[in-house]
Amino acid sequence: MAEKPKVAFYWCASCGGCEEAVVDLAEAILDVVAAVDIVFWPVALDFKRHDVAAMPDGSIFATFLNGAIRTSEQEEMAHLLRRKSKALVALGSCSHLGGIPGLANLFDREDIFKAVYLESPSTVNSEKVFPVTRYPHDGQSVDLPGFHTSVRALDQVVSVDYYIPGCPPTPKIFHAAVQTLLSGELPPKGTVLAPDHALCDECLRKDTKPEKLSITEFKRPQQILIDEQKCLLAQGLLCMGPATRAGCEAPCVAGNMPCTGCCGPTSRVHDQGAKFLSSVASLIGAKDEAEIDRILDAIPDPVGTLYRYSLPSSLLQRKRLKETSPQAPAVSSEVLHAGH
Amino acid sequence: MPDLHTELARPQAVFEPRIVAFFCNWCTYLAADLAGTSRMKYAPNVRVVRLMCSGRVDPQFVLAAFAGGADGVLIGGCHPGDCHYQEGNYKTLRRFRLLQRMLRQMGIEYERCRLEWISAAEGDRVRTVINDMVEKVRVLGPLDLKLPEELVETILSEEVAV
Repeated sequence: MAEKPKVAFYWCASCGGCEEAVVDLAEAILDVVAAVDIVFWPVALDFKRHDVAAMPDGSIFATFLNGAIRTSEQEEMAHLLRRKSKALVALGSCSHLGGIPGLANLFDREDIFKAVYLESPSTVNSEKVFPVTRYPHDGQSVDLPGFHTSVRALDQVVSVDYYIPGCPPTPKIFHAAVQTLLSGELPPKGTVLAPDHALCDECLRKDTKPEKLSITEFKRPQQILIDEQKCLLAQGLLCMGPATRAGCEAPCVAGNMPCTGCCGPTSRVHDQGAKFLSSVASLIGAKDEAEIDRILDAIPDPVGTLYRYSLPSSLLQRKRLKETSPQAPAVSSEVLHAGH
Repeated sequence: MPDLHTELARPQAVFEPRIVAFFCNWCTYLAADLAGTSRMKYAPNVRVVRLMCSGRVDPQFVLAAFAGGADGVLIGGCHPGDCHYQEGNYKTLRRFRLLQRMLRQMGIEYERCRLEWISAAEGDRVRTVINDMVEKVRVLGPLDLKLPEELVETILSEEVAV
């Protein structure tokens, strides 16, 4: 009998939901476990970093890595697992796009440290101690992982072969992806292992979406009694279905909640938030600026809404850093010289 | 003539605002053309991209311009009611209002992204708008977006207790 393909799981900046998603395969997990040999899975099995380091390069068939990259330790593990694996698979929104932890890119590192270590109501830190990467103790030095300025998606750190989208990926998406990988007929590098069309296409409420949509008031789910049959966008809810990849079969919509975009964009879109902005803003039923602004006031956090899972992988990637304060403007005599 | 991407990415010794303009084919581009044929002089800091309609300006274009090195983005379309495609400029306006809110959250100043209605007859307006925007962006300074990859090693090495 041929040797079974070796598989590894690892987590970085994530909530653990993707590990849960693996277990959510339920009975199907038995087929997966029978087909592969799990060589590293810190959340469930007792392997250490040095066990991975001792493996020959490229000896792992596939590593499923969930979570974004925030610390130097996560970055180091991403590089190590990349080297040891034939295929590195980004599992879940955080690893694929930056995910919820990626929203921290709206803040600077200093702001985060201040909020966490000084200002949070449950923190008492009168000596103003902040984390450091090296600390001398008893004549020795203790090293801790460093905290990077920004959160990054996995492919902004190492090269990634495949992506499995979702927060977390549904058992169906995950199972299909694993089957694809094990089939030996590998899709081109960089493929997102899910259908490549918008979620609206597979939404059960598709037929109730009006031909021409005009929104005069955006609503939040807690503000209205949501009609369980009707298209959520038509009810004024910010449902990201039009700008989100299909494959999940819209469980949120089935639960009467709008899609928040966790599966990321389709392959034709670079920036999911900008694309949803484009689609939803054009539906606003007003032509004058004041009225448009009044309607937009109902979206208090545009970035958090449009880029809930994809800020680090968006075109701007993060909030502009404070250190980039304007230089003293240089005056040039060439400015007003010529037309185009 | 280098392409726009190369041009935006080129480092500058002295800061000179780089502005990407998206002008619609029917009004603002013709106005810019009129400004040219009328030999009007205005700041050479603008690179014009002609689109059929300001409604074609995908917000991704604006973000890509900023991410690629532009210090400002100017969108020019027909006056309300004058759109060659009836409704295109209203869609632009709606997107622009939301885009501005999003850009503010991302730390990009209001003056760096501007929407103007300029008809084909308003060559002079092209000149004043461009000159005005260039000066405002000059005061703001370079956008200078630093991306996460460039920041990895920032201060970690200095972060050592003594």
